[in-house]
Formats: sequence, structure tokens, C-alpha cells
Amino acid sequence: MTMGKPLPHDAAPLHVTGQARYIDDIPLPADALHLAFGLSTIAHGEVTAMDLTAVRAAPGVVAVLSPEDFAEMPDCSPSVHDEPLLATGMVHYLGQPLFLVAADSHLAARRAARLAKMTYRELPALLTVDDALAANSRFEQGPVIWTKGDPAAAIAKAPHTVEGSFEVGGQEHFYLEGQVAACLPQEGGDVTILSSTQHPTEIQHKVAHALHLPMSSVRVEVRRMGGGFGGKESQGNALAIACAVVATRTGRPCKMRYDRDDDMMITGKRHDLRILYRAGFDDAGRVTGLEFTHLFRCGWAQDLSLPVADRAMLHADNCYHLPDIRIESHRLKTHTQSATAFRGFGGPQGMVGVERVMDHIAQMLGRDPLQVRRANFYRAAEVAGPVQTTPYHMAVEDFIGHELVAELERTSDYTKRRAEIAAWNATSPILKRGIALTPVKFGISFTLTHLNQAGALVHVYQDGSIQLNHGGTEMGQGLFQKVAQVVAGVFGVDAGAVKITATDTGKVPNTSATAASSGSDLNGMAARAAAETIRARLAAFLAEKHQTTPAKVRFADGLVTVAGETYDFARVANWAYQARVSLSSTGFYATPKIVWDRMRGTGRPFLYFAYGAAVTEVVIDTLTGENRILRADLLHDTGTSLNPALDIGQVEGAYVQGAGWLTTEELVWDAKGKLTTHAPSTYKIPACSDRPRIFNVALWGKPNREDTVGKSKAVGEPPFMLGISALMALSDAVAACGDGSTYPALDAPATAERVLAAIKRMRAHG
Amino acid sequence: MTGIAFLLNGTPVRVEGDTPTRTLLDWLREVRGLSGTKEGCNEGDCGACTVMVTDATGSRALNACILFLPQLHGKAVRTVEGLSGPGGEMHPVQEAMITHHGSQCGFCTPGFVVSMAVAQMNGRQDHDDVLAGNLCRCTGYAPIIRAAEAAASAPVPDWMQNDRSFILAQIPKSDATTPPPVSLDAPGGSGGTHVPPAFRPTNSDDLADWYLAHPDATLIAGATDVGLWVTKQLRDLAPIAFLNGVTDLQQIERQGGLLHVGAGVTIATLREAVRDGLPSFAELLRRYASEQVRNAATIGGNIANGSPIGDGPPALIALGATLHLRRGDEMRSLPLESFFLDYRKQDRRPGEFVAGISFPEKAPALRCYKLSKRFDQDISALCGCFNLTVDQDRITAARIAFGGMAGIPKRATHVEQALTGQPWTEATIAKALPAFAQDFTPLSDMRASAAYRLEAAANLLRRYFHDLNGTPVSVLEVAP
Repeated sequence: MTMGKPLPHDAAPLHVTGQARYIDDIPLPADALHLAFGLSTIAHGEVTAMDLTAVRAAPGVVAVLSPEDFAEMPDCSPSVHDEPLLATGMVHYLGQPLFLVAADSHLAARRAARLAKMTYRELPALLTVDDALAANSRFEQGPVIWTKGDPAAAIAKAPHTVEGSFEVGGQEHFYLEGQVAACLPQEGGDVTILSSTQHPTEIQHKVAHALHLPMSSVRVEVRRMGGGFGGKESQGNALAIACAVVATRTGRPCKMRYDRDDDMMITGKRHDLRILYRAGFDDAGRVTGLEFTHLFRCGWAQDLSLPVADRAMLHADNCYHLPDIRIESHRLKTHTQSATAFRGFGGPQGMVGVERVMDHIAQMLGRDPLQVRRANFYRAAEVAGPVQTTPYHMAVEDFIGHELVAELERTSDYTKRRAEIAAWNATSPILKRGIALTPVKFGISFTLTHLNQAGALVHVYQDGSIQLNHGGTEMGQGLFQKVAQVVAGVFGVDAGAVKITATDTGKVPNTSATAASSGSDLNGMAARAAAETIRARLAAFLAEKHQTTPAKVRFADGLVTVAGETYDFARVANWAYQARVSLSSTGFYATPKIVWDRMRGTGRPFLYFAYGAAVTEVVIDTLTGENRILRADLLHDTGTSLNPALDIGQVEGAYVQGAGWLTTEELVWDAKGKLTTHAPSTYKIPACSDRPRIFNVALWGKPNREDTVGKSKAVGEPPFMLGISALMALSDAVAACGDGSTYPALDAPATAERVLAAIKRMRAHG
Repeated sequence: MTGIAFLLNGTPVRVEGDTPTRTLLDWLREVRGLSGTKEGCNEGDCGACTVMVTDATGSRALNACILFLPQLHGKAVRTVEGLSGPGGEMHPVQEAMITHHGSQCGFCTPGFVVSMAVAQMNGRQDHDDVLAGNLCRCTGYAPIIRAAEAAASAPVPDWMQNDRSFILAQIPKSDATTPPPVSLDAPGGSGGTHVPPAFRPTNSDDLADWYLAHPDATLIAGATDVGLWVTKQLRDLAPIAFLNGVTDLQQIERQGGLLHVGAGVTIATLREAVRDGLPSFAELLRRYASEQVRNAATIGGNIANGSPIGDGPPALIALGATLHLRRGDEMRSLPLESFFLDYRKQDRRPGEFVAGISFPEKAPALRCYKLSKRFDQDISALCGCFNLTVDQDRITAARIAFGGMAGIPKRATHVEQALTGQPWTEATIAKALPAFAQDFTPLSDMRASAAYRLEAAANLLRRYFHDLNGTPVSVLEVAP
């Protein structure tokens, strides 16, 4: 079996030698044009005059398009047609594209784009959650509210109550490869698009719409992205559309890539939000009633904000059974970049809220937060009792949190270390340590149910070589290798014998974004179906030839065994070809069991949950707030892993990215609405030395209870939330500066400045 | 400008007629079609464009995105495409990166692999420092470090040594300080339309004469800041002088307890020079940008640039450094703190340039503290450097300087006064803390608020007290 083998990433040899091609590496014809946007320098207002004379006159400029050059402005939105390619009159955020330059080089286009003379009538900008609330500026009519039970009554009669509010910052994706697309005009007005996108079908759909072409006239291809993380689910639309429009008008190939600063100024990031909470609990810390209010800052356009905010609501419980709960979710519209998908898609924001509540309750009761967390866990799957349901009324049937956390508690030496840290802190006046264990339960499936489908296309050639194609995209996560391992397993050959090919809307149509961690679940099943169809034809053919039954034909080790005879797979393929057996098949998969009513907030939106837990230990400096992760122990559930090496890579990387979100990664906008952290010089993702000194990562390894491909579980997003343990460990370290009477109330990201502020609060009350 | 000749992946190349501010990265990708070297940020912060550059003094990793072609004259460049052997065999770091799953999306990988290959050749084991200038968003770095550790003990491949051998063979034995007259037979490069003049002096006398005649010129040493004027601000720079051939400004001399450091000395070299005598300064320089930037940036550039957040000046002011300036044949010296007049305004006359700096080679009580959002490769929110003389439990002299607290690197004179003559006690420190508000009125920006800066600056004095008294104060020194 090749499934389950820890094979390297299929492209690793190309990565390390510089041969792996990304969109910007693909040579284009010499007459190709390079595009750049001219950007708004105000956050909100009206463009009263646009003087592009100098832009047009700049060296190398071939074409300049302003809104008046469009009879109908193309739309870039993945949801509600509220994102014009170029601002039409009104400017909605600082950094919004206003006009488009095409020049003979990337540099010439960038230079020219800076030469416009814009005149604005500036209007007050809504920049913050409070601005938007005051102006009632929001998407949808009002907040979405889900209520289960009677939380107000439960809180009223609870022995203890807690309430609080905290800020959770956004996050820039910082994919190392910036947004990029190219368009190659084809005969008859058709276009081929190369795009660094997680969602080729969306690109195809939006380009077709912009050019008034049927989707069949637009082909989109992507071999790989240099990172995506959700940032290439919808944010690539503008570049692809711009290229398609200019290519169609000029007849020349076009390429557009954002300079890093432009990329960060133009594109959306993870949603920041404020979370308000009020809970009632008993002496053991069991939550009896809970109310959350999520105040999401969604930016200027709707993009994917509604499902993101929904998913935050869907993860407000995390691992905890909350019988009486109310979640109120506001999707606020501001004059800032339109916040978008980012690994976890709202889940991390929802989950950090309830982890904060657990931490706060533990402080009030003077207990180890792990005890409080455990007291609130859903009942273990094996333990009898009435069905426990989530706040959205889905039965939790697969809860493994108890055993998983117990195992991690043991392997990480949590209890002993917690005592050692307390002793160490007693002798350390300036430096303080902290430790925390937090669990993760993450729902797997797109919450927009129809997206839970996938297609694949497998060919076996007459020489026995195998080619694989499916709707998933490769952004580094190793999806292509995993699916290749699935297909190789079906044919009984090495994974290396399966040729992996670029995602191509001309091969597999109507695909969903590679998102929601669904890549291998969906595409693995579709590819398996395709391969099994071909294998069944081969088996039938050989069975007939050898007068036996197809079930008795074996495919293993690159060989096919039938009726005591053993043949090379290649030989079998060639025979089948000569016997006129079809050696090509599509495959299709639609996730079973799921049903979801998002307006009422009830149903089974997820096929299953993926679990995990992390212990993080940190140290802080009480004079400056400087802080550092010392050690992390992760235990994560990937079911029966399709490839443990790739899965561990996902878990490790996600943890560091999640910890970065909550520590050093701070997005700052100035009073005019300008993002001032628009480059890696000012926006700090974790660097090499920020990873934990000791970093123990293990997979849980027990099979998925649901019938997924190889009994595996999705892994892309769930481990991101293991990073929440870093924030809680910092909270624990800050708490060590006080006498236990005050809660640290640490906001995120917990920069040195915020940690120092929290320490001061502790000492002011201590 | 005359042609620029260098070795590219073992093959001589000559570039003529291109603009002198053409970056190596653009040239590699757009002219040579060598697309393995990636653009991640175009400002020297992500390391995706890392290349190996070799000269007579050794091989080092540099960011190609802020490296101008004329800076390469007479050197050898090796890109990711040149790391594999002549028969296509992989470099040990390439093998190790595959084995240890060190690549995911792969976009940062060429830069990592080059940084790792240079470090492997140079016998470096401080992987976190070597790789601080290479950002990865996928892996969380652990597998990359595992790969670096695994490859460290492998033999350095023969082909990696060839660049240095070639360069050394070019140097006439009689004159080892002159850049090699690279007699490379290679076809000319791309044409350019607008070609501003660039001057490449080989000694400071020529530089002084030329700069006096061209006082509006831009002097480019490491290009780690000027590079961004070109790649981000899209400025036209002319006229230009490239200083990396001015070898007499790249010397370090020790004399009478002082270090005399030429303006052209890189931060990497300076760090080595102060490692033993001024360990806290060396530690500050360890956190100065990244390996790639330290290999390019010069101390002269760091000073002349006049940035209020450069990390060199606060430490040097605390050391009581003397700055040496030259204008034509005229030299003058002044205390470094006097050089900084106002935000981005220095006491430097037209045609005058920073020639060097002198400072004590030892200062046992010097401590340099840098606060930034991220420990490595970040710009200081504030940087406080303390150098007190304590004699018989009494503070007899105090030099305290800060970056990030004013429009210039600035001494905390009121704090110094509050301390001088006082007993070395916590009470003295506490009494001096309010003086910070007299010395500094910091700004709020994306790195920190004014209030944090002021509070943290004062707390750094408290840290200094505890530090000198032997109490652990650094989170970086806590073992898990």
C-alpha cells in the first residue's frame, strides 16, 4: 500500500533545485503586457477628477484603463457583486484599485501607476468596530442570533458569573508568492488563464462573466501556489479579470502580479473582531449558561464574511457542551480591506472566545484551567448517556477529547511542569513562565452544503503510465501527493508511477475551492472512484481472459495477478488498450449525511470533527513584556493518516502560524485608514527562532469513524487552533505577576506592549 | 558605466549598458531566465531571493532583490540553479531538505537552500541566526532546521569551492587589495534606455575627489536601504557611486584600546570584531536585521543614513564613539552624538562622507537592549544602550543612548545626570526613572505606542540594574 507512507512532497526535488514553476516563472511571449493598479490614497470618498495624462505618457505604457473605459464594470466578488474591478466613483478603502495600467514591463507599469493626479471629495471613514456599530454599518439586516436553551435564565441562577470583552486581531496571509495571474488569448475570443488560485472554477466563472463568455470558453490552470492559506480563495479574482480584460482588448498576453506592499494594501486578511462574553458556572467551573457577541470587522465588501462569521459561531463551543447558549454575530462594514478567508475561516475566532471564557473561569475559581476545560468537555463517544448536541443542534458522536487530552497531559508532563513553573516563578522576580493546554474540535465540511463535491479524471495510457487530475489545488499542503497515493493504492503501483498534473478547469469542471480542509477528503474520494472504475474494467477484462471472476484479480506491487499468472501493470494496460477497453475515467464524490439551515442555525453542517490538543510553555519579561515560546507539545487527530510526514508538516506549520496570529502578527491602521503594516519590515510573521525550542508533535492515529478516504481526517485548518494554547500560556504567565485576584485579560495579538499592559493591570489590582 | 563582469553559476558573464540600479534579482529572472530565485517582498525581508556571492574574502548569502549589478563586479554569484553538481547531483542541503520534508509550498525553498548551502560551506552551526532572514509561512521551520542539522556534517561539495578558487586566481599576487581585473570573456548583456552614470572607486581618495565634484550623488555601500528607494519608492538615483570596491574603508584596526572601524565594514564583520570585547554589542548586532542584510550593510551606511531606529548608533554613542568624516582632503572628527542634528538631518557638509568610527574595544558595563515585535530580523521599537561606570558602589560616569525614542539616536542626558554621582542602588534607579520623560517624547507608530516606548525605556534602566547584578533578565536565555 502506498497510502499511509510518509513520502516527501511530490515536488520536493523541484522545490529544492529551483525548478518548481510558479506563475511568474512561466515564460510568456515577448509581447506580453504587465499590469498594475493605481490605488486609492483615501479610505472613503468620491473621485471627483482623475488625471491620467502622466500615466499614459510614462515610458513603456501601452494602455491605461479607467472606469470610463468600461461600459459595464467587471465584478470580482465571490458572493454578491459588490466588488467592482475599479472603483466606480466612490472609494471604499485606502488601497482600492482605481485604474489599470498595462506596460511592457512590471516595473514600467508600477512606475506609471504612481503618476496619476487624483482629486477626491473625502468623506468620514468608518474604520473600527465602534465606528461601524455607531453608524449601524453592516452586512445583512442585523446580527445573526442563534439560541439554544435559555442562557439568560441559566446565567441568572448560576452560582457564579463572569463577563468580559476582548479584542482579537486579524492576520495577513503572507503567502510567500504574492497574488499573480496571466492571460493568454486564444483563437475565437477564448482565453486561457494561469492563476495562483485556490479556486480555479471561481476564476473561470468571474472571467467568463467579465468577458461575456460562456464558461466553456475560459480555461484556468494552476500547477501550484506559493502558499495560499485562504488568501487565494477569492483575492486572485481581480488580477485574473484584469489580465483577461486587457488581453482581450489588446490581443496580447498579460500578466499581473502585485508587489508585496500593493498585495498587502489591496487584499483582505483574517477578520479581526471583538468578543463579548457573559457566562454562569458552578463550583466545578461547569458552564451552565453562556452568551457571546461577535463583532466582526468585515471591511468594505461582503466577500466571504458571512460564512466566515457563521463558522465562528459554529466553533463557539469548541470541545465544550454548552446546553444553554446564545451567540450574536455582527458582520460590520468598514472602510478597510475586505476581510476574507484565512485558514480556519472564522473557526479560530470562535474558538478563542470560549477558551478565553474557560481561562477566565479558572482564574475566578483558582483552579487549573485544564480542570475547568475538562469539566465542560462533551461526553466521550463511548460513554452512555443522552445525546449531547452543539449550539447548532448537531449531535456530537465522535468526541475523543478526553482520551486525547489525557494522552497529551501524560506525554507532555503537563501537571509536573505546571508545579515546577509555579516554583520557578516564586524565585524569579523579573521573568515569569506560564503553561496552558487547550483542545481543538473543528468541523469538517463546507457549510455551504453544495460545495461538498469533487471530481477527478484518471487516465491509464497504453504503456501503463497513469495520469491523475482532480479539482483540488496544490498550495504546499501536499494534496497532490496524498491523492496520488490513493490512486497508486488502487492500481497497486508506487505513488511515483502516478503522474500528477496541474489543476485545469478543462479537465475537471465545476470544482469547489481547495478550502475548508476538504482537499484530500473530497478529491481523494473522487480520484479513488475514477481509479476504481478503470481497475474494475481491467479486472473484468483479465477475468474474462482467464475465465475467473474480477474479484480474484489482484493489483499489488506494480503487478497484476490473475489465475496464478502475474503480469506487469504496463502489460495489462497495453492488452486492455488493444482489446479496446476504456482506460480513462472520471470520478465523483459528494459528501454524505450533511444538512444545514444557516439562517436558523440548525442541522448537521459537518460530516465529522477533527480533534487535537496542545501544551505551550512560555516565558515573559515583566519589565518589557517581551515573550517567547519555550516548548510546545502537540497531539493531533488526522484519523488514519494518508501520509504522516505531510500531516505532521501541516500540524507543525499550522501551530506556528496560529501562535503568530496571537503573538507577533499585528496589523495596524492609522487614523486615516491606511494600513501601516504593509510589508514584512513592519508585519512580523514568526521567524525561524520563534518556533518552540522544544517542539514535540505527534499524530493521534486512530481511524476516522466516518467513511472517509482511507479513514483519514482533514488536516489543513484544525491544527491552526493549537496555537491558541500560546495565548493562554501567556495569560498564565501574566497571571503569575499578580495574587490571583485579577484576570490578566490579555488581548490578541499579545505583543510585548499588550503583555506589559496586562502585567500593569495585574499589579494595579494586586 | 563600464561593463560589469562576474561569474554566474561558474560561467563568466558581462553586463553592459544596463541601468546601474538594475537589481540582480530582476536581471536573473527577466534577462537570464533563471527563475529559481524568487521575489517574495522585494525589500530584503523574506530571503526568497537569497544568492551566494563570493569574493576574495569568502562566500556569503545576500538578498538579490536589493543588490545592484555593479556591486557584483569581480565577484561570483551562485543561485539555486548552481547548487547542484556538474552531473546534476544534489547538494547535501537539497537532499536533506527533501528527506526532512523541509519544503511545502516551495516558494521560500530556493532562498533557504542557498542560505543553508553557504552556511554549510562556512561551517556555521548557528542555524537560527543563519536563517533568520529567510521567512517560511508553511512549515513552522522545524523540518528546515532538522535538514540544516543533518546536512551540517556532510562534506562540502567540490563545486561549491570553485567560485573562491576562481576569484583568488584572478588576483595579482602583488596587490591583494585591488579588486580583481576580471578578464571574463562573455557576451554583452541587455540594453537599457536610461543609463545614469555610476562611479566605482577603488580607494577613498578617488571617492573623496569625485564626491566633492558630485555632492548631490547617492553613495551606495550595501544598498540595504537605498535598495528600497529603488524597488519600493521607484526613485531615480543619479549620480551614483558604489563604494564596495573602496577597500581602504573596509579595514579594522586596534590601537591604544580603541577600535578604528572603516565606514565600509559590514555589520557581519563588525559583529565578529566586537564579539570578545563588547559581547552585548555583538549580541545586539546578532539581532541587527538578518544574515543577508548584515553581510551587505555597512556601519558607515548605518550611521550616515541617520535613521532614528538604526541599531548601531545607540550602542556606539553609549561607547563614546568618535565619528570620522572626510571632505576632499579634509578630515574631521566629532563625537557621534553630535553628528545627529534632527530627524534625517546630520552634521555632514556637501561632499563630505563618513570615513570611519572609533570606539573603545572593551566596555564591561555596556549593555544593549533591543525591543521589537519579533526578536530576529525586526526593526527596533526602541533600542537602549547603557554604559555606566560604577566605582566603589557609586556611579561615576553614565552614557545612555536610545534609538526609537526621538527623531535621532539620542543620549538620555537627564537620566545620566540623575544617576551620576549617586550610589549604585535600586533606589537611585527608581529616582532616575522620571527623567526619561524629560529626555524623550517618543512617537506612536506601527511598532509601538509612545506610552509603551517611554515606559519600556525606563524599565530598561531597571533591567540594566538587575542585569549587572546578575539577576536573569532576558527571555532569550531561559532554557525550556
